[in-house]
Amino acid sequence: MYKVVIPGDFISDAVDRAGEGTYVENGKVYAMHYGVVDEKEEIKVVPFVGKYMPSKGDVVIGKIIEISFPYWIVDIASPYEARLHMSEMPGENRIDFGNMHTYLDIGDLIVAKVINTDVMMRVDLRLMEDFQIGSAGRLIEIPYTKVPRIIGRKGSMIKMLKDKCKCFIFVAKNGRIWLKGHEEGMNIAAEVILMIANEAHTSGLTDRVAHILDTHSSRKKIRKVIKR
Amino acid sequence: MKEEGIELIKDGKRLDGRGFDELRPIKIEVGVLKRADGSCYFEMGDNKVIAAVYGPREMHPRHAQDAKMAVLKYRYNMAPFSVEDRKRPGPDRRSVEISKISREALEPVILKEYYPKTEIDVYVEILQSDAGTRTAGINAASVALADAGIPMRDLVSSVAVGKIDGEVVLDLNAVEDNNGEADMPIAMIVRRNVITSLQMDGRMTKDEFKKGLKLAMNACRQIYELQRTALIERYSEM
Repeated sequence: MYKVVIPGDFISDAVDRAGEGTYVENGKVYAMHYGVVDEKEEIKVVPFVGKYMPSKGDVVIGKIIEISFPYWIVDIASPYEARLHMSEMPGENRIDFGNMHTYLDIGDLIVAKVINTDVMMRVDLRLMEDFQIGSAGRLIEIPYTKVPRIIGRKGSMIKMLKDKCKCFIFVAKNGRIWLKGHEEGMNIAAEVILMIANEAHTSGLTDRVAHILDTHSSRKKIRKVIKR
Repeated sequence: MKEEGIELIKDGKRLDGRGFDELRPIKIEVGVLKRADGSCYFEMGDNKVIAAVYGPREMHPRHAQDAKMAVLKYRYNMAPFSVEDRKRPGPDRRSVEISKISREALEPVILKEYYPKTEIDVYVEILQSDAGTRTAGINAASVALADAGIPMRDLVSSVAVGKIDGEVVLDLNAVEDNNGEADMPIAMIVRRNVITSLQMDGRMTKDEFKKGLKLAMNACRQIYELQRTALIERYSEM
């Protein structure tokens, strides 16, 4: 069981180990969020929920919400909109004022990397060519703070999910997850991912997930839940 | 104004049987609204309050954005059915003022600089009112803000003290408030012993004020513990 804290809770005296989600006052470390304490290396507080803050190098799944020459404006599940410049569309030099929508239209989903953020909170994206979402698969959204739990230690959780559900799973930093595969596999994967997100603060989660995926009967149970 | 012949204190007890330093029963539920980022249902005696928090989200209108920090918006609203005589819906002088002072009571604990150019919306709806709704609103909003994952230094707790029949008492109800001599709501950051809001109407002597303040600060400590328990228990039942 992880230790649950609320804002203002005293955590430790080790000021030099104070990390994300904490603040230091009078030589003591306090929690800044409502969440769980992680004391493995630094002392961190991982909030239960929150809004994704884009940072350079993150890979995110975005949705085109506006076309404003020469940018596509992209919703990245954050308080800030991101933009994708025309020139970040690789191998295309015929893009023009009038035909941007023929490459990416409003409502299209993209996988992109954050290449820059500035003090004005402008977020610049670059398209990741290896992943083209198109209209295949399914998109689910979880709080971005739960992403490390979905991936698991050294990718153990996500690897297990991919093997057992036999579908392609792509987890983006902003909490959006793209699934692609056959219907039943996606159903199970989606259900298990939401379960992980709901129980991210409990321990022994990997074992429980393995058990659910292994037991044939519980697979059926999951299917029933979805049908309802 | 006091109605003729009303006796607010009988044999050292108040009309509802409470002692002078006793709070009304409090009930707190966290995360009651599915579509809000954070929410809280708060009951304090016959006060029933619901708080919803949205954000941080993109700020509109754009010119009101702050390039350095988030903007906190707070709306205190009484439902038309929350009081005995129907309240005319919509903002009025009183609710605009309460919104402002409640916002200022919460602002010192919110780490607004983590989300520049955004807004954080707090909506507090009074479903049933029995005096002291602004304090119930602040208590609810503070829990809802934590539930929304907003970075904060502390929680804020709030309670009122007043004077009835010449005695300083805690947490007035509507009858006491209407017939009493003074009413003083306060909000404080319990861990630091900092008062973020203090208002008073009516008259109290310096000694009564000091006594009342002490009473209220102790009560805030009790409320803080209840707020804390409500938040912690939500994630430990599984």
